[in-house]
Amino acid sequence: MSRVRTLLRTAVGLKFVVAVTGLVLFAWVAMHMLGNLKTFLGPAEIDAYAAGLKTLGAPFVPHGFALWGVRLLLLACLVAHVGCAAKLVARNRAARPIPYARYVPRESTFPARFMLVSGGILLVYVVLHVLHLTTGTILVDPFVEGKVYDNLARSFRNGAVALFYVGAVAVLALHLYHGVWSLFQTLGLDNPDRNRKLRAFAAISAIGLFAGFAAVPLAFLAGTLE
Amino acid sequence: MKFILRIWRQDHAKGAGAFVRHEIDGISGDLSFLEMLDLLNEQLTVRGEAPVAFDSDCREGVCGMCSLVINGRPHGPNALTTTCQLYMRHFRDGDEITIEPWRARAFPVLRDLVVDRTAFDRILEAGGYVSVHSGPKPDPNSMPVEPEVAEEALDAATCIGCGACVAACPNGAAMLFTAAKVSHLGLLPQGQPERYVRVTRMVEQMEAEGFGGCTNLGECEGACPKGISIKFIGRMNRDYYRSVLKEPIDRRGRMGAQ
Amino acid sequence: MKLDAKVPPGPLREKWDAHVDSIRLVGPRNRPRYSVIVVGTGLAGAAAASSLGALGYQVECFCFQDSPRRAHSIAAQGGINASKGYRNDGDSVMRLFTDTIKGGDFRAREANVYRLAQLSMGIIDQAVAQGVPFAREYGGMLANRSFGGVLVERTFYCRGETGQQLLLGATSSLAKEIHEGHVRMHPRTEILDIVVVDGRARGIVVRDLVSGAISSYAADAVVLATGGYCNVFFLSTMAKGCNVTATYRAWRRGAGFANPCFTQIHPTAIPAGSEHQSKLTLMSESLRNDGRVWVPRKQGDKRPPAEIPEAERYYFLEERYPRFGNLVPRDVAARNAKEVCDKGLGVGATGYGVYLDFRDAIQRLGVKVIEARYHNLFEMYERITNEDPRKAPMRIYPAPHYAMGGLWVDYNLMTTIPGLYAIGEANFSDHGANRLGASALMQALADGYFILPVTIADYLSRNPSGEVKADHAEFKRAEAEVRERTKRLLSVNGKRTVLSFHRELGQLMLDKCGITRSRDGLEEALRKIPELRAQFWRDVKVPGGEGELNQSLEHAGRVADLLDFAELMCLDALTREESCGCHFREEHQTEEGETKRDDERFANVSVWEYQEGARPRLHQEPLAFEAVHLAQRNYKT
Repeated sequence: MSRVRTLLRTAVGLKFVVAVTGLVLFAWVAMHMLGNLKTFLGPAEIDAYAAGLKTLGAPFVPHGFALWGVRLLLLACLVAHVGCAAKLVARNRAARPIPYARYVPRESTFPARFMLVSGGILLVYVVLHVLHLTTGTILVDPFVEGKVYDNLARSFRNGAVALFYVGAVAVLALHLYHGVWSLFQTLGLDNPDRNRKLRAFAAISAIGLFAGFAAVPLAFLAGTLE
Repeated sequence: MKFILRIWRQDHAKGAGAFVRHEIDGISGDLSFLEMLDLLNEQLTVRGEAPVAFDSDCREGVCGMCSLVINGRPHGPNALTTTCQLYMRHFRDGDEITIEPWRARAFPVLRDLVVDRTAFDRILEAGGYVSVHSGPKPDPNSMPVEPEVAEEALDAATCIGCGACVAACPNGAAMLFTAAKVSHLGLLPQGQPERYVRVTRMVEQMEAEGFGGCTNLGECEGACPKGISIKFIGRMNRDYYRSVLKEPIDRRGRMGAQ
Repeated sequence: MKLDAKVPPGPLREKWDAHVDSIRLVGPRNRPRYSVIVVGTGLAGAAAASSLGALGYQVECFCFQDSPRRAHSIAAQGGINASKGYRNDGDSVMRLFTDTIKGGDFRAREANVYRLAQLSMGIIDQAVAQGVPFAREYGGMLANRSFGGVLVERTFYCRGETGQQLLLGATSSLAKEIHEGHVRMHPRTEILDIVVVDGRARGIVVRDLVSGAISSYAADAVVLATGGYCNVFFLSTMAKGCNVTATYRAWRRGAGFANPCFTQIHPTAIPAGSEHQSKLTLMSESLRNDGRVWVPRKQGDKRPPAEIPEAERYYFLEERYPRFGNLVPRDVAARNAKEVCDKGLGVGATGYGVYLDFRDAIQRLGVKVIEARYHNLFEMYERITNEDPRKAPMRIYPAPHYAMGGLWVDYNLMTTIPGLYAIGEANFSDHGANRLGASALMQALADGYFILPVTIADYLSRNPSGEVKADHAEFKRAEAEVRERTKRLLSVNGKRTVLSFHRELGQLMLDKCGITRSRDGLEEALRKIPELRAQFWRDVKVPGGEGELNQSLEHAGRVADLLDFAELMCLDALTREESCGCHFREEHQTEEGETKRDDERFANVSVWEYQEGARPRLHQEPLAFEAVHLAQRNYKT
């Protein structure tokens, strides 16, 4: 534990936490997207998939146990990711008390400079998304537990909701475009020979995830899915 | 050529600063930026005004003494160039040029454009060396070094410690400087025995000085007059994580006491 | 003033070892009681301060830059010599010694130069151990190149930044000692005087360049590693801050100044382009390996170089020195360039420049090969001049580069003031009247790492520690003098800037005491310098106050001392009625226009003693050549 405490003392150590938790969240987001695509296979498939998630690990663990395990792990990662990032932001702000009258970025990409904003938007989005399609508290009426396809269809026929989701996953893509490459750099897995491949991997991941996630609401909106 | 200069003027470390407009005329494109400032200072002196304080020494791009954020960019618009080797031909006649000091909490302004960069020295003092005495040593060829390794170490060692990386980083981080110094010694066989102690001490000193953290923006690399790659930052991170999470705890203090 | 070089007896090869064996030592427990001041953190100063700190002495170290690692040693490009003999090409300590003595035109002390050659090998070992990334061959062994026209490959290098890497090595060791509390570092602090109490150096007076506070530091010994004085020429390859103040003030306090007129002019610098230029940038000498030096044969030929046909090009080095051609030693190349420019054949806006042309080399080897060899230099040239040397020839002109003269020191590197040492470029060095390429780094590091830390013990062990404190009356007096001088500078409040005086002095010195010198010219300079000095003290304008960061005041103090010192240089040049190495007196040349030494009268070191209110007094240290025979240099055949 003392080693972890040492790690958390420095910004370099905090970045380690942000990178590792970011990697976990990225892997989960990728699986989430693949799962979502089942929507295109029809109501039966996606509803069965959702039900299956709850019985994950059966018969060794009780119903819903593994899913809650994953949820708690994700929550822990999210808290650590956001918490460490917030600490870093505070430090970074303090490191330059007087700003430049003129400052011209030379190297940094837009998504990289946008990380703090995109992260904030995503945090709000995650809360709304859980309230929407996990608990069914908002944006969908009536919400029927287990009837995933119907819930989606009822929500996304509303253009505003669909476009809100498309916008949110666009922000996610921007966040990942920098974040995925960045985590390799932070962990020191980057080098100039590999850099182009890592950049390409980050770009493909971002575009792929955007396409995969945006497909479902757009399909409902366009009427491709009923 | 004629220029309008907006220069940060501040009388002393605790004073409040402000931008002051100076005009200068008759500048040839073959003058360096600092020679242009020399000329401005000549004119200010004759007029009885206070000349602008700025750092410079070698004026050939290697001592790292000169600084200045020129039109929003450390060392000015040209890549791989220090301010002392920036020439006025790269500006247009009549341009307004904004000149600011390096801005960072760890680099307090001493006067006008002069900042205190001793934080860098304290990072080096914390561990930027190989411990040797000047007595006899084995022949250096008894420890062969692959030329690629020596070259890569030199890529890092070429850092002139000017601080442009800190000035360019939106977070005011000193990661590129520290990483270059850590990697220079960490790559070479001579640097191995102290490799992990060195990285921990230097990173902790860097943090203690109040520099910001890295968000992998890459601005430091773009501003570095020696073109040092941010790959060294990744390398330092890796060494640091290994040092903190895996390597034996530093026992130097106790060994010395016995 | 008594000049006792204290050269140990015995055969040349055994002198240093025997001397080390006979030195009185200070024990490890006693060392922390002794304090040593080191001024300057270039290769010599940083090496000395770190080595003394590691031994356990209490070291106070000063530099005027904001960090020790910025000292001008950092700008050395080419490399460092060491007689390792890795190439099995016949190199040896003896050969490096002989080359250095001959290259210095027989005006250096044999015993010192031999020791330098001996110690050269250990410098490479030391630097490698510190992590200096010297160039390596594919097998992992250290690479060498030949440098400056010698017949062996003994130069070690890190690309074109050897000085930088060696300085980072030395200052990294210094950083360790600072961290461990053995060395207290005072950056942005400038030495303004040396304090001598009862005939011994006891400390220094300094000005904190940030607060402007003037204060004193006392110690048991003082080491000056304050570099050379080529900024007396204003335009030189030295850093803007380089100055003569420390060594000049030491001279005023009684240290002998040796051979002040020996200054080296490097042949391949970028010529001055405009009247407001502040600095000359060196281009590595290696360019002469492939570049051909020429000027148009016709006076005032303003055609672009490409339009000048072969027959109208004057390849003056190749024509005059068929055997060495463009690779003649530095002083010969520099002198010839000046001569053709004086005849009106020079090129460029000022007429003071010659072409260095790569056209033929590019035709012969292809642009790729040449590009690979000189890429960095071409880039640097293009950045500064906006001209592409692949398409049009470079323009070069000689630039003041190194001061061989300096404080006289004995074999222990102690000046004529007991307890005051001078190392590196600050002493009158082992390079005689001309320094070979890649030897400056070697000498500075040998002094700092290996010689001074040993020899200083002999002095310290013979004296009790901490005898004099900084509250001694002598310190108060020196401080008062410094304050008085500072006040005077600030109170003139005339019309001319410090820079304008510096430029004027530089132009005068370059004309009269530069590449070539003559009796008439030197006498004229000796008339004009006092006039300029009087004008300076009457009409200089130094803005701002004393108790603040005031760069004009710093510069004014340095220029005031340069104005005094310039006179000593000219006096020395006038007195040395011969030509040797870089000191070329027009009256003393062979029929072919080469340097003509007068070994009967001048095989000696000129050492000047300061006399209050009177002309400096000349002493001479005779030089005996036993291992190398006196011979005239000949680069013609």
